[in-house]
Amino acid sequence: MGAPRFKAGDRVKVLRAYPVGHIRTPHYIRGCVGEVERICGAFPNPEELAQMRSGEPKQPLYRVRFRQRDVWPGYRGADSDVVEVEIYQHWLDAA
Amino acid sequence: MKDEGSYRRLSYFQLMEVTLRELLVEKGLLTEEQIEAEVEDMRSRTPERGAKVVARAWVDAAFRKRLLLDGTKACEELGLDVPKLRLVVVENTPDVHNAIVCTLCSCYPRMLLGIPPDWYKSRNYRSRMVREPRAVLEEFGLRIPDNVTIRVHDSTADMRYLVLPMRPAGTEAWDEVRLASLVNRDCMIGVALPGAS
Amino acid sequence: MIGRSHHDMGGLPAGRVEPTEHDYAAWERRIDAMAVLLWGIKGGERRFTVDEHRRAIESLPPADYDAMSYYEKWIVALAQCMVQRGVVTTEQLARRMAEVEERGRA
Repeated sequence: MGAPRFKAGDRVKVLRAYPVGHIRTPHYIRGCVGEVERICGAFPNPEELAQMRSGEPKQPLYRVRFRQRDVWPGYRGADSDVVEVEIYQHWLDAA
Repeated sequence: MKDEGSYRRLSYFQLMEVTLRELLVEKGLLTEEQIEAEVEDMRSRTPERGAKVVARAWVDAAFRKRLLLDGTKACEELGLDVPKLRLVVVENTPDVHNAIVCTLCSCYPRMLLGIPPDWYKSRNYRSRMVREPRAVLEEFGLRIPDNVTIRVHDSTADMRYLVLPMRPAGTEAWDEVRLASLVNRDCMIGVALPGAS
Repeated sequence: MIGRSHHDMGGLPAGRVEPTEHDYAAWERRIDAMAVLLWGIKGGERRFTVDEHRRAIESLPPADYDAMSYYEKWIVALAQCMVQRGVVTTEQLARRMAEVEERGRA
């Protein structure tokens, strides 16, 4: 794979897009802005593996942290509450 | 291999299971012995294995550090075989409570803890845990104070998660075996706390 | 809902979490075992991927997705993937299922 585009601490935005196919980026997080918590490594692309293809080259996978109040309108809970989601690099842009 | 128990007619899905198993065996992809061995192997993977990891982290600060850095390696250190598992361990503190969900299906650290419970795979848990974790935790009887941050982890890709709960007060003199008995599966998912002393 | 797959349910309104669990039946455990073995996780040859398996489950009609139990979904997905991969044909499945059912009546 190429060098990872992001590192821990970077602000990233999840693509606001709704394609077809087997996708591991949940609907609720698309379009949201968060912070990279860590890079998990690089793995074969599940969207391709699901189509019986190799999933190569491996794609960087990140854990991204989002403030719940940024994800859900009217979120009931602490301001500091977060949701952390594993997201593949191709779903992320710099924010 | 027979279906033991009642003499009910097989459901459509049970028919499919028998059918697929027979065909896979006839075609040489699997053997009945392999299937049986795998069933037994999964049976042997239980929450007690996770409890061992938690108890060790409670008594050994250096192990705890290693566990938080690389959960898989730390499990292997304790002789726990966890094939293909990429374990991320998240620790509870006085300021932070962690909980795990897989909104998209039912991803879970099976190779460590075994097969997840029905509720973890249910529509209600998967839908609501990311959006209203405090309400869901209250339904489990766990009230997290407002000054404690909740981190919900949605297991969407290749990592799997284990919550490292806080060691209960009053257990300072306890040995690892006794400590492990306080830790159940639900503590390691994050919907319960370890038993009090 | 357009643009949202039925399985992608994070954040949707839903009811109280009933902390149900059941001791998995032998047939359910065998389904789990067959899938894990065929994914190649335990060292055997990988015959299909967990990703194909998930895709097959996600492709179930919404009413079926909701009504079917966990392992009912798994066995259908497993069968779909085995057909997709050319391991079995639909005819083989059909004839053997009918035969197994006949055995049950005997």
